[in-house]
Amino acid sequence: MLMIDCPWCGARAELEFRHCGEAHLLRPADPATLSDAQWADYLAFRDNARGWARERWRHVHGCGRFFNALRHTQTDRFAATYKPGQAWPEPPA
Amino acid sequence: MSGFSAFRLLREALRGQSGWEPQWRAPAQPQAEYDVVIVGGGGHGLATAYYLAKEHRVGRIAVLEKGWIGGGNTGRNTTIIRSNYLFPESAALYDHAVQLWEGLSQELNYNVMFSPRGVLMLAHNVHDEQSFRRHVHANRLAGVDNEWLDAEACRAFCPPLDIHQQRYPVLGGALQRRGGVARHDAVAWGYARAASALGVDIIQNCEVTGITRGVDGGVTGLSTSRGEVRTRKVGVVAAGSTSLVMAMAGVRMPLESFPLQALVSEPVKPVFPCVVMSNTVHAYISQSDKGELVIGAGTDQYPSYSQAGGVQILSHTLEAICELFPMFRRMRMLRSWGGIVDTTTDRSPIIGLTPVPGLYVNCGWGTGGFKATPGSGHVFAATIARGEPHPIAAPFSLDRFVTGRLIDEAAAAAVAH
Amino acid sequence: MTRLATGGRIDRTRPLRFSFDGRDYTGFAGDTLASALLANGVHLVGRSFKYHRPRGILSAGVEEPNALVEIDRGVGRREPNARATMVPLVEGLVARSQNRWPSLRFDLAALAGLGSAVLGAGFYYKTFLGPGRDAWHKRWEPLIRRMAGLGRAPEAADPDRYGNRYAHAEVLVVGAGPAGIAAALEAAAAGGRVILCDEQAEFGGSLLAEPRAWPQLAADMAALSANPAVTLLPRTTAFSYGLQNFVALAQVLEQPNDLRERLWQVRAQRVVLATGALERPIPFSGNDRPGVMLADAARHYAQRWGVLPGRNVAAVVAHDTGYAATFALQDAGAVIAAVLEMREAAPAALLAEAARRGVRVLANHGVVGTRGGLRISGLLAAPRGADGAPDAARATPIACDLLLMAGGWTPSVHLFSQARGMLRWDAALDAFLPGEAREAVTCVGACAGEGLAPGLPVTQMAAGSARAPKAFIDQQNDVTTRDIALAVREGFRSIEHVKRYTTNGMATDQGKTSNMLGLALVAGELGRSVPEVGLTTFRAPYTPTSFGAFAGRHRGLQFDPVRAAPLHDWAVQQGAVFEPVGQWQRARYFPHAGEEMRAAVDRECLAVRESVGIFDASTLGKIEVVGPDAALFLERCYVNAWQKLGIGRCRYGLLLREDGFIYDDGVVGRLAADRFHVTTTTGGAARVLHMLEDYRQTEFPELHVWLTSTTEHWGVIALQGPRARDVLAPLVAGLDWADFPHMAVAECRVAGIAARLFRVSFSGELGFEVNVPASQAPAVWQALMQAGAAHGITPYGTEAMHVLRAEKGFIIVGQETDGTVTPDDAGLTWLVGKAKPDFIGKRSLTRPEMLRADRRQLVGLRPHDGRNLPDEGAQLIATATSREAEGHVTSAYRSASLGHPIALGLLAGGRARLGDTVFATSLNGAPMALEVVAPCFLDPKGDRLRG
Repeated sequence: MLMIDCPWCGARAELEFRHCGEAHLLRPADPATLSDAQWADYLAFRDNARGWARERWRHVHGCGRFFNALRHTQTDRFAATYKPGQAWPEPPA
Repeated sequence: MSGFSAFRLLREALRGQSGWEPQWRAPAQPQAEYDVVIVGGGGHGLATAYYLAKEHRVGRIAVLEKGWIGGGNTGRNTTIIRSNYLFPESAALYDHAVQLWEGLSQELNYNVMFSPRGVLMLAHNVHDEQSFRRHVHANRLAGVDNEWLDAEACRAFCPPLDIHQQRYPVLGGALQRRGGVARHDAVAWGYARAASALGVDIIQNCEVTGITRGVDGGVTGLSTSRGEVRTRKVGVVAAGSTSLVMAMAGVRMPLESFPLQALVSEPVKPVFPCVVMSNTVHAYISQSDKGELVIGAGTDQYPSYSQAGGVQILSHTLEAICELFPMFRRMRMLRSWGGIVDTTTDRSPIIGLTPVPGLYVNCGWGTGGFKATPGSGHVFAATIARGEPHPIAAPFSLDRFVTGRLIDEAAAAAVAH
Repeated sequence: MTRLATGGRIDRTRPLRFSFDGRDYTGFAGDTLASALLANGVHLVGRSFKYHRPRGILSAGVEEPNALVEIDRGVGRREPNARATMVPLVEGLVARSQNRWPSLRFDLAALAGLGSAVLGAGFYYKTFLGPGRDAWHKRWEPLIRRMAGLGRAPEAADPDRYGNRYAHAEVLVVGAGPAGIAAALEAAAAGGRVILCDEQAEFGGSLLAEPRAWPQLAADMAALSANPAVTLLPRTTAFSYGLQNFVALAQVLEQPNDLRERLWQVRAQRVVLATGALERPIPFSGNDRPGVMLADAARHYAQRWGVLPGRNVAAVVAHDTGYAATFALQDAGAVIAAVLEMREAAPAALLAEAARRGVRVLANHGVVGTRGGLRISGLLAAPRGADGAPDAARATPIACDLLLMAGGWTPSVHLFSQARGMLRWDAALDAFLPGEAREAVTCVGACAGEGLAPGLPVTQMAAGSARAPKAFIDQQNDVTTRDIALAVREGFRSIEHVKRYTTNGMATDQGKTSNMLGLALVAGELGRSVPEVGLTTFRAPYTPTSFGAFAGRHRGLQFDPVRAAPLHDWAVQQGAVFEPVGQWQRARYFPHAGEEMRAAVDRECLAVRESVGIFDASTLGKIEVVGPDAALFLERCYVNAWQKLGIGRCRYGLLLREDGFIYDDGVVGRLAADRFHVTTTTGGAARVLHMLEDYRQTEFPELHVWLTSTTEHWGVIALQGPRARDVLAPLVAGLDWADFPHMAVAECRVAGIAARLFRVSFSGELGFEVNVPASQAPAVWQALMQAGAAHGITPYGTEAMHVLRAEKGFIIVGQETDGTVTPDDAGLTWLVGKAKPDFIGKRSLTRPEMLRADRRQLVGLRPHDGRNLPDEGAQLIATATSREAEGHVTSAYRSASLGHPIALGLLAGGRARLGDTVFATSLNGAPMALEVVAPCFLDPKGDRLRG
């Protein structure tokens, strides 16, 4: 079970959190202008990176807030968690 | 390939088993050029290669495997085989596989231990019952066996089952008698042996590092850890790693890869005659021929390529097992492990062409790919050979995510009102 | 008796009686079942998995592959495959041997051993291919299944209890041998919480076989026990080492009337692994015979338990520690027949000591084979040839009743590896040792190679053994050296392939005694080094762990929390029949005495249509949406238009996923310009809130709006029926009835309680939903029941609710919809705000697939025969003989009000097929003819609900 550092509450057990998919996917401002393929890309197509991935979590059984995390998908280790709107941290070397 | 038989086994016994040769040829290096290269030496990839050679007479075929064949999800799943899916497209695909399973040992001259002992899916609430009965109706119409059992009949079919458990009593279940289990490793080895005998090169410890494309955008070859390979057709069958391989050709996939765990108990004498699944309480169980209870757990919530998951996922599954089968509380977990399952948003696979000419993909089987192995390989081979989707594969195209023509098998599990 | 007169840590003042296979024996407190059996001269304890060969006690610890027994503590307490070496003896213990018939001494299945030449690795893949396609399943599999398996599964539900505990510690020390105890003392001195666990019943590890160390051990343990910051956990196995130092421990308590086992989940700042090392067996023919034992185990039996496992002892030695064991047995009174030193020569000091003791050492010797039936009686010793194999032509017999194997040591790096630490091959020690760590972990003692000396490298020890018959490496699974060679010959070269093909290392000991030998043999066959061949993965659990420990207290009603609505207790008192809906228990119907479900539901429905019914709707999800941008927020999320919804008015809201399919629905009431009361489906409450929070926080953070779940805050009582107002009105204060039409909401008082009153209808009748604080709901319910008595007010359950709404053609999300249904499919296009540029899912509705004319659309279905119900889930087909599904029946009910059955369904192009006949499939008869009708069967204009 992961230990996750909520940017507001501090480190808590994974049971308190929900993973919410890839981060920094902005919902298109005007979906009507998108082609079907562009819309599908937003809906379903993902990086699914092996290595450092930016992803969203929610402290659903805690403060309830969404936040972003930089996590390595082979070691499952977190490099950082950060609040929405904050700049992407660079992956560790 | 010298044949396997009881007679041969006896003959070898008399000479200290000295006459057996390698079950498949193991070239250390790929050749410079192939007609088709399959990326991924799991059951699906090996089956694809086998049918390409056997039914489509493709001459030069290679299977490139970055590790050891059958080492991915083929060797890590709980081997459940069934075809009682809701939508006709799905039922057709999985039933195609079941029909191939039924003769697979003879086809491959390799005992894959297909054991159609029946798969029973339990209903614990009115919504489950409605959903399963819908499946039964749909399957019967499509010619796929599936029947509804009341609770007592469920217990008669699976005596260890406690249908009166306090929290989620069993209301009934959907039984597919033709469903069952098979020996997972044997499927990979059996296909490898048969494919190798037809001339397919199986190259292990050979990781694909790049896909090269020509001026027309089409595939021209592969870079691998064991050198360059020229080919005009590549079939990617890389399960959890599909996104990574496809990215080498610049193709983004509608996939996420999650850890999925499973476990076995210590072996005991026969006590569990069938396969039981309960989606409501998350329990999937059968007993192997060796005597181990084989139990499937759920996925972790976050994508990962680690082949490891949290202990709480195992606990959750064993809580359910202990409720359904209270006599198993004193049984012990012997071994647990994890795989990487590539899932699509509609929980149905992707089989077919890609935007890159010559590049084909077969992926997205999620938690249930093993059961489809022969059918998947069979229709994918036809798709690659003909350059157009096999009719059974056609609905599972990549562009369904654009058109919206999804085959949403997860949908029927929508939460009750 | 082979019990020594003195010595050991057993308590000779406390004899304990036990039985094995029905015979009574006596041991002492402090014994394990294994030591007690050996003390009674019992060596034959079990039968092997495949060939049913007689097997004895190989080890003194967790690695035991052979001495597996059934422990029977009464009904539901039968435990298979218990390792006799790990079962502390208790008074009255009942143990039985396994996997034999009719008896342990005479096992008919041992005939399989005669066929061992045929039954080599993977034989089952090569045969059983006929006759017929189903020969395996029908004919052969049942035979194989009966032969396989070890013990018997328990037969009855386990009555024992299991516990669970979470703990945090500055330091967790795994293993209480000398290194672990030293680490625990050091950590305790540094302050902070320390947990020290050990799988054995007694702390001390290797010290338990060192009588000279016992005084210091006692002092150290006393110091640790006295420290309140130290938690000592004996009989506790750290079996799983997860990320971020999250370690799972299984503690065996077996306290009468208390917990049997407890699962600990420990998060430690630092983990110290002091897991020791396991002795390697030696591969030679007949190395599995009872009486062949690991040398250090024999030493433990003599010194820890005061048992002499043999009187005439031979030893085959590839490592110096074999001498210590041999000498210890000699000191305990055994005669040493010979020591076969596999190396060219033993160290001079050991040879000198052997000479002083009169122990004969045969250098560069190995074992050609062993003699004896159910226990070893002798062996054939021979000098090792150039290939490492003993030269059978020069063999000499040596009589013995115990043969020690000292094959060197394998550090227990299991947990370190589980923690994703890298292992490194130490050529000098001939072992894998902990390398780079990924966790805050330190390895100490033998598991880190400390204190270990090199012996004969394992590849040299195994050299030549691949041709020896019946030289076992995985004793439980009957994997021989020849099996490994066969697997390699057949092209299985990856160590994982060899493991899977031969099953080496897959027995209940998970390769603790077999993996290194398997590796050495593969290396030998391939001409590679051990590290080139590589290791198989170490996987949890370290030792088998009971399911019950994982499940803990999550059993019975505690398996999953039960959610009960405020009126649950009242419904129980009324004898309601409940149904589970998610975690909720909802009253399905309220039968009168002797009344069947159908009659009860008919009665409840008619009451609503003719007079008034009362229904507990509290499980509906409720979200308070508040803020200046509340309307705008809902506008962006739901399909409907919200900005113009008047204060005090309600609207039926529909929520899609971004893929355009219906996700949830519910009535939304506007209480103020900036305040909405949103309801969701019962099952959808949590996920809808999650989804709305997602958009609020991450897509529309600029909006000033807040969401609060109020599901549990409000008790909701629905009053439905033409008399609803008559019942309600006298209890209501502060409401302007003149301005309270259908789809209105107001804050007022009901029965003196502050309430939010909705005028809404899910039945098609005049209807109200009274929201009051949950704690007040029973009182308000009682008041309404009293007020309604004159009108025959009738409580109804979810089943009647379903019928009533179906008569009106109202959908239930999850029943009429299944994640593939768009608003248009459900006939709800009228809800969609036409002028809205966007809402969640809107873009998906214009994808080509969503515009097809043959999409499945909601229709009503009326059976031609007017009597029988189609099955819910039945497929809709155009003709009675068609095989092509064109939709399905989503709901089907008997309608007491209408006097005929009704159904709803999704039918391809259904709205254009009104009046057509379609057929519903049947599971036990002919398809049923149905007329396609509009989904609303009753009062299509809605006069009744506006009444």
